[in-house]
Amino acid sequence: MVRDPVRGVSAAYGRGMPCSPSSPAFWRSPLRGPWFTSVLGVVLLVGITVLFVTGLVSYAAYNPDLSPVNDQTPDKGLLGFYLFSWPTDPSWLYRLTQGVHVTLGIVLIPVLLAKLWSVVPKLFALPPARSLAHALERLSLLLLVGGGLFEFTTGVLNVQLDYIFPGSFYPLHFYGAWVFFAAFLAHAVLKTPLALRNLRHLRDEHPREKGELVSPNPAEPTVSRRGALGVVGGGSLLLLGTTAGRSFDGPLRETAVLAPHGGPEPGGGPGGFQINKTAAYAGISPTETGEEAWRLVVTGRAGRSIRLARPQLLQLALHSSALPIACVEGWSTSDQWWRGVRLRDLAALVGDDDPVDVLVESLQRHGAFRRAALRANQVADPRSLLALFVNGEDLTPDHGYPARVIVPAAPGVLNTKWVARMTFGDL
Amino acid sequence: MRVPFGRPALGSPLQILLLACSFALAGYAGVRLFAGDWFGVALWFVGAALVHDLVLVPLYAGADRALAGALGAVGRRRWTLYVRVPAMLSGLLLLVWFPMISGQVADHYRSATGLSGDGFLSRWLLVTAVLFGGSAALLVLRLRRARKERPPAAH
Repeated sequence: MVRDPVRGVSAAYGRGMPCSPSSPAFWRSPLRGPWFTSVLGVVLLVGITVLFVTGLVSYAAYNPDLSPVNDQTPDKGLLGFYLFSWPTDPSWLYRLTQGVHVTLGIVLIPVLLAKLWSVVPKLFALPPARSLAHALERLSLLLLVGGGLFEFTTGVLNVQLDYIFPGSFYPLHFYGAWVFFAAFLAHAVLKTPLALRNLRHLRDEHPREKGELVSPNPAEPTVSRRGALGVVGGGSLLLLGTTAGRSFDGPLRETAVLAPHGGPEPGGGPGGFQINKTAAYAGISPTETGEEAWRLVVTGRAGRSIRLARPQLLQLALHSSALPIACVEGWSTSDQWWRGVRLRDLAALVGDDDPVDVLVESLQRHGAFRRAALRANQVADPRSLLALFVNGEDLTPDHGYPARVIVPAAPGVLNTKWVARMTFGDL
Repeated sequence: MRVPFGRPALGSPLQILLLACSFALAGYAGVRLFAGDWFGVALWFVGAALVHDLVLVPLYAGADRALAGALGAVGRRRWTLYVRVPAMLSGLLLLVWFPMISGQVADHYRSATGLSGDGFLSRWLLVTAVLFGGSAALLVLRLRRARKERPPAAH
């Protein structure tokens, strides 16, 4: 066994054995100090701000204020103050914002863990509170740390379809984000000036740093502070390299070796691109999608209603558009070549020539988004289709045969598959 | 920061105002967060912090200290990094992708997405092998270079 060097040194300090984590000498790492914590803090300041904004943007992308069927958090109150009509341009908008949200979140995990590690002695510091302000700050840190870990954990579990958290993902992640961000904002206001000052004054790593995080009795270093930052950055790069590919097709997707929707595509051919929910999973049976059984019911604002079989739809003017699929889970496909009837042509068919919203219902009997609402600007876009074909062939069952919606820049779940009913009108 | 007996310290009023504002916003969102299974959510919220601070940190810090100690005992403390870095990176991947790697969502993943839920464990093991192998190769390379740079008398 090695002789524990703590004994001798701490005796010299006159503190006895630092057996309690509330004693500063208990923490031996020579890495801890204001410089290391400040660098990580500033990275998180920028990174978490981007995560929060892209998260809010994702909520807006669902057009939750359009119809209750789009809103998983109807009791949001003032937290929906910023909502706006989600645009259809550029068509890769949601692909970009949500890809950044999820990929950046995963990439920031090592930074978050390193930051928490760097300040862990403060958690055990005594006395618990020096003043009222200090007591409140420590309480706020529980919201900050608990909230941060809660957000990262629910996000990471959700993209892996591991729904073990206590409730539906949307309200947990949305309201949790606001609780976390409230604490994050206070922490940023209180600490950012100090962090920036630290970085300015301690431009290089300082062997003689001072501050409550610096161990009074540091162990012999095995790595420099810069080296440790390099390891954290390496962890982020490794996660980036094994995750980012899920936002692309072909060989790039193959690089995402551990991320869901990474690796090889689900089969080849025209329909061989990523599937969110298969027909079997959604409970869609071939008997209800067959030519005999399936009819599309289209209803207009004035109540005019028509029933169309697939051959009748094929008689209508067919148009093509190249659009991606982008999922809230952060994965996306590149543009697929869709062909079908324009949504606005279907609206005109039942007498709605003006811009109008639409409620789309699927054959699906369960699932949060078996019904979805699209706004008038989405219906009016000439690229928005009720698609019947993809990449030159009939839709496959897993991609929504006999007919599915595809709208530029909309989140994947609003591109309803196995469409049975479309009701135009002011929602 | 001793205060006169009987008079509780207040601290910065500005800080108190800022934190009160933060708590109010957190409370507004919090009542909505806790509207469903409040106990489960509270458990996850506080549990996440506790599991991190009282289980995860002591676990990896303890493992790291044991590693540095063991290598130090055989006079190879400088090698610590060559074990620590691949172990950390591999552990990080395991932590983030545990549901996929452990296979606990494999069936659900396959039925929902049409993709294979198997193979995540083997791919993680392969990545881990590459990480440790690369680190070992780097160490050997550096040791050989150091030996070459040493004067021949040292042989």
